[in-house]
Amino acid sequence: MDLLLQQTVNAFALGGTYALLALGLAVVFSIMGLINFAHGELMTISGYTLMYCGIAGISFLLAVPVAIAVAMIAAVLMERIAFRPVRNSSAATMLVTSFAVSMILQVLFQNFISTRSQPVILPQVLSDSITLGGLVIGLNKIAAIVATVVMLVFLDIFMKRQKTGIAMRAAAEDFNVARLMGIRANTVIAGAFALSGMLAGVAAVLWVSQRSSVDPHMGFLPVVKAFIAAILGGLGSLRGAVAGGFLLGFIEIYLAAFLPPEMQEFREPIGLSIVVVVLLFRPNGLIPAASLKSEKV
Amino acid sequence: MTSLLSVQSLAVRYGPIEAVRGIDFDIKEGEIVAFLGANGAGKSSTLNALVGLVPVASGTVTFEGQAITDWPPEMLAPAGMTLSPEGRRVFGALSVAENLAMGAYAIKNKNAIEAAWERVYSLFPILYERRDQYAGTLSGGQQQMLAVGRALMSGPKLLLLDEPSLGLAPKIIGQVFDLISLLRDQGVTLAVVEQNVAMALEVADRGYVFASGEIVASGPASELAHSDALKSAYLGGE
Repeated sequence: MDLLLQQTVNAFALGGTYALLALGLAVVFSIMGLINFAHGELMTISGYTLMYCGIAGISFLLAVPVAIAVAMIAAVLMERIAFRPVRNSSAATMLVTSFAVSMILQVLFQNFISTRSQPVILPQVLSDSITLGGLVIGLNKIAAIVATVVMLVFLDIFMKRQKTGIAMRAAAEDFNVARLMGIRANTVIAGAFALSGMLAGVAAVLWVSQRSSVDPHMGFLPVVKAFIAAILGGLGSLRGAVAGGFLLGFIEIYLAAFLPPEMQEFREPIGLSIVVVVLLFRPNGLIPAASLKSEKV
Repeated sequence: MTSLLSVQSLAVRYGPIEAVRGIDFDIKEGEIVAFLGANGAGKSSTLNALVGLVPVASGTVTFEGQAITDWPPEMLAPAGMTLSPEGRRVFGALSVAENLAMGAYAIKNKNAIEAAWERVYSLFPILYERRDQYAGTLSGGQQQMLAVGRALMSGPKLLLLDEPSLGLAPKIIGQVFDLISLLRDQGVTLAVVEQNVAMALEVADRGYVFASGEIVASGPASELAHSDALKSAYLGGE
């Protein structure tokens, strides 16, 4: 029972990180039909920012908002430089562009920073743990869960109460009609990228807190997972992305904890098979997007 | 009466297909103008080109003396012209009030927005009752009211309505045409694309008959109602 609870905490922490990343992908996809595989590099940029802040002796508490802000700026620049010129192109063109951006950035990290993994100085408190009714919980896990909840609440308020947030939801559902209302394409798309950068930045802080290092390929794996989570939840659906992220986190953690040792090497395929089975029953994902039938930009 | 909108040799192409072939028409202030003709005659393409949703291949569009030919859609609502598109296209995952708020997105003047809320809610009390409900859960007739209400939130001088009665129950269709007359009385100029020819000509002042991307007849609604051009536009042939 304790093991189950313990693993549930872990699942929430990992699932929350996936949820934030999947949300970042979904926010952009819902508005412009782009699956941004360079989302992972936003994480990496954020991770390097944390590393450099540490080297410069900037306190972690200050480094975190700086790292998030840098990811947001990088996301907006990415849109401006790479994605705006192909905005009205086919989904395939945009997808390939995002791969190109991803690879270019990875090469830049390799050439100008290092090909090797770099340590990130983290405050000691993150590796402490507390004992709660017989459970030993790492503070980094608690931080991940709290950060996820805070971000989800923030995003919910932004999307429901802010004019720009409502406009983004409207644009996600029917971009052309949103434009008829006077909603500018550039505004909502830049807004979507800024938001996705923020989510990638927070996710990066959480990711780096678990492993205290950063390397040029750091963002790749989590973004592939987030992509799976976004599909599982319903591509383009924000609530779906959150649901998919948590479900994927639970699947991974529970399989790692409860699969018999001789089957552990099949953990990933078993996990993905579960995803496939879910999709067989819900082909549009757990919570399909509202715009499923309307056209994209 | 002065021309609010005037269009010269407007053409719209989708790849090799010429959907609209160099048409001329004008809409005067305070009028209701009906665009009639069979499916695929170019009526919707014309409206979409006016608001910039499809590119204008050639020709000029002038609104209030200003050339707006290549303006993107987002600039037209603040300029005073908007389209309520075919199939209503309300934002189903937004509440009724959020849909209306988006209609006023481009309007900066707080008093104008306040007045727009009052106007729309007094025109459509049902939308006020259902303001917190998702638009996707409304009936077809209510969604049509919402689509028109959303368009009205920007306080348009010229409102383009694409098939406002499509798919609605006969009883509701009557209400839609009553609404069109009422809006004109409130000072809105309207251009209406309609399949329901009889009712459209009943409320309209003038009409244009489209066939194969051209305007084949035009004139006062009362004359058009009996014209041969109108019959052949629907039945095909000359």
